Formats: sequence, structure tokens, C-alpha cells
Amino acid sequence: MTETVTPAWIILIASIFTSNILLANFLGMCSFLVCSRQIPTAIGLGTAVTFVMTFTAAINYGIYHGILVPLHIEHLQFIVFIAVIAAFVQFVEMFVERFSPPLYYALGIFLPLITVNCAILGAALFLILRNYTFWQSVAFGFGGGVGWALAIILMAGLRQKMMYSNPPKCFEGVAIVMVITGVMAMAFMGFAGMVAIS
Amino acid sequence: MAANPIACASCGSGLCGGKGRETFYQGTWANNPISIQVLGICSALAVTTTLANSLIMGLALIFVTGMSNLIISLLRATIPRKVRMIAEVAVIATFVILFDQLLKAFYFSMSERLGPYVGLIITNCIVMGRAEAFALTNPPLLSVVDGLANGIGYAFVLAIIGTFRELVGDGKILGFTVLSEGWYVKNQLMILAPGAFIALGFLIAAFNYINARGQKAEAKS
Repeated sequence: MTETVTPAWIILIASIFTSNILLANFLGMCSFLVCSRQIPTAIGLGTAVTFVMTFTAAINYGIYHGILVPLHIEHLQFIVFIAVIAAFVQFVEMFVERFSPPLYYALGIFLPLITVNCAILGAALFLILRNYTFWQSVAFGFGGGVGWALAIILMAGLRQKMMYSNPPKCFEGVAIVMVITGVMAMAFMGFAGMVAIS
Repeated sequence: MAANPIACASCGSGLCGGKGRETFYQGTWANNPISIQVLGICSALAVTTTLANSLIMGLALIFVTGMSNLIISLLRATIPRKVRMIAEVAVIATFVILFDQLLKAFYFSMSERLGPYVGLIITNCIVMGRAEAFALTNPPLLSVVDGLANGIGYAFVLAIIGTFRELVGDGKILGFTVLSEGWYVKNQLMILAPGAFIALGFLIAAFNYINARGQKAEAKS
């Protein structure tokens, strides 16, 4: 950790490309594998994750530095973070259902899935580990969400094409998707050196 | 394995029938959480750069699934259905915090290396899945067996990936040099993220192949 503060926009770019939360930190793999069959589903889930991750990053930052640190109960961070995420998702679900039914029907089914998406909790834990400031945290949450959405949408496109190819029998299904994700991660490594965060 | 279902139901223990063994087999091999159900692979990819990391992570999961299955199974009659998710998460998080604190106290360097992935056991689908699918409907002892079996199944796959990545990527096993640098060129890709994805992809394919062959042999006989 360098003494100079990394500007928020660098963290934003880095969390989308160079340290993509899915391809470099392996977070949110479960829903990535299950929901990447169709592009519209992938877009819906990607949007929902971006939205929730941005806000929970901000809220969790506030709670950690505003409540847990002054009271010296940092070891409760896991349980507090997951509770915040679950409550936030529930709240958003009710809010969206009340004020924007079309959006609710588009995102509704994805919202409960997000509570157990480890990318959201992972983002909260990373921003504590890396000692981010408030705006850095928000940038990291938003960038992480966009990066995750980018990866799942790309994968959905590839998987739609892949329906017409026939891999070896034992590679069908998840195995070939893992190998392709590996190749995708390699491609994203090409961005390394553009910007870097620790 | 002389099954005595009535005695089993009355003592509430799964170990006295053939059920314990069947549950164990299901969790470790037939329904292996990683290679068959493809759950909880975030940590399987992230921590498997070395065998030591993989073993500690496996241990963490065995502990958490076993204990949380026990507690949730004991509470299964008292937890109202509506709030069961949050109750499960609370139980799981408690054990994760416990393990995290123990790791910080006794093996700090490992705790630093695993980083946030210990905390992420909370959202590990395996733990949640076992609580939801098994512990809520089965007696405590059998649930513990199920939890331990799934943890062992997870640890076993992690150990394979960990050994492979450490050996190919660094020429070492558990930190001891196996492939000497004189003639072996380290394949750094295996330590990096793409290597993890590709290694797991091939491992799942290998499991599929073995299972398909087993089924073929069964069909023949």
C-alpha cells in the first residue's frame, strides 16, 4: 500500500479491466455459471449486481468506519456485512416493486439471487482490506459491478454461439465454460499495465 | 450394515443404519460439491495456488459445514420457515468468524494469504446448500456426517487442484522443490487466474469421464 492516495477513477478503471472481480478474484462464479446462458438474463443480472454492489459498498464502508471501528468490534464485520446486503436487497425489491413495476419484472427474479452472490460480500471485504476511502470504495463497488456485468455478458454471447459447436463429451456443460473463462481471463490480462492497484 | 430403520428413527442417529455410509459416499464422491454440483468454486479457484493454502481452506470448510449442519439440524423444529435463510446465514457466519479468529491467532501468515476468502465461506453455496437441502430435514448426527462428507469432498478436490497448480506453476509441493529449476521451466500461468479456470475445467472433465465410464461398466454388467 503506497502512501499516495490512488485517485478514484483509476480504481474504477482497474476494477473493470485489470483486476476484474470475476476473472482475477474469482468472485461470483456460481451465478456466473448458472445465469450466463442467455444474453438478456446476463444483462439483467449484471445491472442488478452493479446497482447493489455500488450502494452496499458505500453503506458497508459507512458502517465499518462509523460503527464497528469506534466500538472495536471489527471481528463482527462478516455478519454485519451480510446482514446489510440482505436487508438492502430486500429493501430495493420492495421499493422497485412499488414505484417501477416494469423494472421489477425485469430485475425482480435476480434480486434474491444477489444476496448469496459472493462478489457483493467480497467487494465489501476487499475495500476494508485495502483501506479505501469513501469515494474509492464507491468507485470500487461500481467498477466491480460493471466488470462483473461485462464478463457475464461476454460469456453469455460466447455460450449462445457455442450451442452450435460440439466439444468432447466429457467437456460438455460446465467444464468447457471454465476453460473458456480461463481464456477470457488471459485476454483480460492483456489490460495489465494500463493501470494498477494493489 | 444391517439396517434397522425403526431403531434408527427412534435414536435419531443416522450412523446405525446404512444411511451414514451412503450419505458419506454421496457427499464425497457421487454428489461431490465441486466436480458434480459445481458449487462454491470461487474459493476453489482463488486459494489453490499452493497445496498448503488448499488444505487449510478445506479444513475451514469441513469445520464450518459440519458444525453449521449440526446446529441447524438441532434447531430445525424451532426455526420458522419464513426466516430460515437469515437464521442459517447467522449460524454459518458465527462459525466462519470463529474459524477466522482461530486462524488469525495461530497461523497469521496463512490468514493473510487467504485474505477475504475465509470470510467468503459465508456465501459459499456449499454450506448454505447443505443447510437448506439436508440439515433442515434430517436428524443431527446424520447432518454432521453429511456436512463433514461435503467438506471432505470439497477439500479433496481443492487438494488435487492445489497440488497440480503448485507443481506445474512453481515446481514445488508444500514448499519443497520437486521439479528442480535446472531443467524445469516454471509455468507461471498456472499460478495466475487463467490457470485456475483451465485446471478446474479439465478436472471437472476428468470427473465426468470417470463417472461416464463407471456408468458404462454398470450398464454392461
